[in-house]
Amino acid sequence: MGLDALRQKILLMASRAETAVNQSVQALVQRDYDLAVRVREDDNIIDQFEVEIDEMAIVLLTKAPLASNLRLITVAMKVSQNLERIGDEATKIAKRARDLAQEPPVKINLDVYRMASMSLAMVKDALDSFVHRDSAAARALIPRDRDVDALNKEMHQALAQHMMANPDTIARCLHWIVAAKSLERIADHAKNIAEEVVFLCEAQDIRHTAGKIAGNPAS
Amino acid sequence: MTSLTPGTKSRTRNFHSEKFDFASFFFTGLTGLATLFILGILAVILLNIIANGWKGFSWHFVSTIPKKDFFDINTTGVLPMIVGTTFRVLVMTIFVIPVGVITAIYLTEYAASNSLITRIIRAAVNNLAGVPSIVFGLFGLGFFINFVGKNLDALFHNPSAVWGQPALIWASLTLAVMTLPVVIVATEESLKAIPPGLREASLALGATKLETILKIVLPQALPGIMTGGILAVSRAAGEVAPILFTGVAYYMASLPTHLSDQFMDLGYHVFVLSTQSPNIEQTRPILYATVLVLLLLTFALNIVAIIIRSNIRRKMRSLH
Amino acid sequence: MPRVAVAEAKPNASPAAPFIQIESLSLFYGASKALKNISVTLGEKVVTAFIGPSGCGKSTLLRCFNRMNDLIDSVRIEGAIKIGGYDIYGPDVDVIELRKRVGMVFQKSNPFPKSIYENVAYGLRLHGVKNKSELDIAVEKSLHQSALWDEVKDRLHSSALGLSGGQQQRLCIARAIAIRPEIILMDEPASALDPLATARIEELILELKKDFTIVIVTHNMQQAARISDQTAFFYLGELIEFDSTRKIFTNPAKKQTEDYVTGRFG
Repeated sequence: MGLDALRQKILLMASRAETAVNQSVQALVQRDYDLAVRVREDDNIIDQFEVEIDEMAIVLLTKAPLASNLRLITVAMKVSQNLERIGDEATKIAKRARDLAQEPPVKINLDVYRMASMSLAMVKDALDSFVHRDSAAARALIPRDRDVDALNKEMHQALAQHMMANPDTIARCLHWIVAAKSLERIADHAKNIAEEVVFLCEAQDIRHTAGKIAGNPAS
Repeated sequence: MTSLTPGTKSRTRNFHSEKFDFASFFFTGLTGLATLFILGILAVILLNIIANGWKGFSWHFVSTIPKKDFFDINTTGVLPMIVGTTFRVLVMTIFVIPVGVITAIYLTEYAASNSLITRIIRAAVNNLAGVPSIVFGLFGLGFFINFVGKNLDALFHNPSAVWGQPALIWASLTLAVMTLPVVIVATEESLKAIPPGLREASLALGATKLETILKIVLPQALPGIMTGGILAVSRAAGEVAPILFTGVAYYMASLPTHLSDQFMDLGYHVFVLSTQSPNIEQTRPILYATVLVLLLLTFALNIVAIIIRSNIRRKMRSLH
Repeated sequence: MPRVAVAEAKPNASPAAPFIQIESLSLFYGASKALKNISVTLGEKVVTAFIGPSGCGKSTLLRCFNRMNDLIDSVRIEGAIKIGGYDIYGPDVDVIELRKRVGMVFQKSNPFPKSIYENVAYGLRLHGVKNKSELDIAVEKSLHQSALWDEVKDRLHSSALGLSGGQQQRLCIARAIAIRPEIILMDEPASALDPLATARIEELILELKKDFTIVIVTHNMQQAARISDQTAFFYLGELIEFDSTRKIFTNPAKKQTEDYVTGRFG
């Protein structure tokens, strides 16, 4: 059925997006110029996936699907959009990585590893919950976004202080600020994907319910 | 012509068949011949009658009440026979159509299709259709005349037999009983031809079964009922055996005016002419002319009924 | 107390006043049980759709509401159907009165072989309306309400059989609503029509529900999703699920419903 093909395409796109994030973080942390360039080149493949998935979804909608089939299609369209943005953010990180690799490193102790691995984990867990239709896992993921936000704030402050103390590092610190922001956005998109998974499984729309506990499925 | 693979039937590019279809041709020819044959026989009969009868056929013939001597071609006439045949057919129709239609309505609309009573009634109708005409005549004599008629006379304290003897009414009723199956079957067929959806629609609007039958079903079945009537009339006009004991007379000096009168009849007159004639050569034209009149009368009755039926059909098709 | 297959409308499903209450209804064709212990309450002035695979009993149940099943000899009913609180299978119920208040439109349109005017006036005449101007007004109103007036106003006295299939069906609707029933039953009213005629009938139904309670049997799920407010899913004579249409078609509670609605069976 066309729905299986749609699901497969999402998974393909997802693995590409995951790879892009992995590689861009690696390029950033290991100052790998060539890797950074490759990530940027591969981004258009991810963009193409989004177009194809939307086309498939439209065709499937003409068959007037209902219930879980209908939800799968709308979720697929949203998830592909989020994955495309993740790809874009990975590209931005790669761009900053490329620029930073051409300069001497900044002497500052940053929790980059921690933040990057948290974002990466969120992406991986969100995609796993989609594959396994695991609504509980998706719900558990959502509060983690706040932790990533908090880390981003910390890094921002640390970098701001460093810039004020060492004006010659301003350019490089700005690159780091932007890269950190991208990591934070990636975590946001992972959270969005998790919300879509909850909708797919439970037909519950839990977006924008910040402040309420997202841990318990409504009765 | 091209062949797809060796061993298969070859196919033609221009769709022409190679074989000549003998079976279809033969069958078409056969049905055509059968039709011609039937028409031919009909033509022969009609021509024979006309050829032999036109000499005796005249306005005088059809408008004169004859004297007791039927065999003088110049003085005889068949007016009373025409009147008698027509009356008995009409009176028969007045009885057979309502009874036949109501029976058919009962069988189609009310009776449970497989109950014992329904099956008994259907069997009775079928058997009635197979009874020989002469038996109906005896039935008419025994039941209508000797039972009903005699009792009516007793009821009315008639000094001499009025109803307890052969009469127009009894002959007509006997004919009605005889043609009942025809009317019942024709009515049933036309009732069954009405789609059940129409009845459902009427009932769903709050009509009773009776209202549905009267307002929707019967009006639609009318042409079919009339067909039944036409068939009954055609059959009855020519029948002689049922009226032999129940109402026909060898000679009546005047035209029948009451239901208790006896009457003369065209078919019976043919029988009389052919068996009582002193000179067959002289009588032949009178005989055939009588037959011709009978045929024309039957045609006329049929045509009137057919015209009425097609009027009804036309009205049903266009509006209301 | 026998266990009842309850599937009442959830409180947040639709705030409709309860109007048709079916209580433990079972229907037998001779020995075979065609409807099994159905209990459900349908709302007033809403459109309720009955869906389910062929032979699931949805049409049979529909025909109980105006007691058209009485026409079949071997049918036996257990349980009750209450309309406005009164059991329509009660001992002193006049079926004629019931059918005045519960009208029906059939799958294959069945206009009488009469004029368009006479078709619509048939029910009115049955129930005693004789005055010509009363009839004229009622006929016109019904034809307006069934979106047919403009197409036939110049040929009211021509035969109804000259209309197209879609027009004939709208005429049958006009005929049914002429006597102002409270409930209109529709048994797959558009299944014999082309898509354009179907769309017009669906528009019509959405208009009609302002004045009438409508129960529609349909095998077309998208149609049910388009026009109904509540939907009942039947399978093999049982009511499997009853809820707001939105819920049934976006996230049904029962797996059987989900399977049917997504085309995995039936």
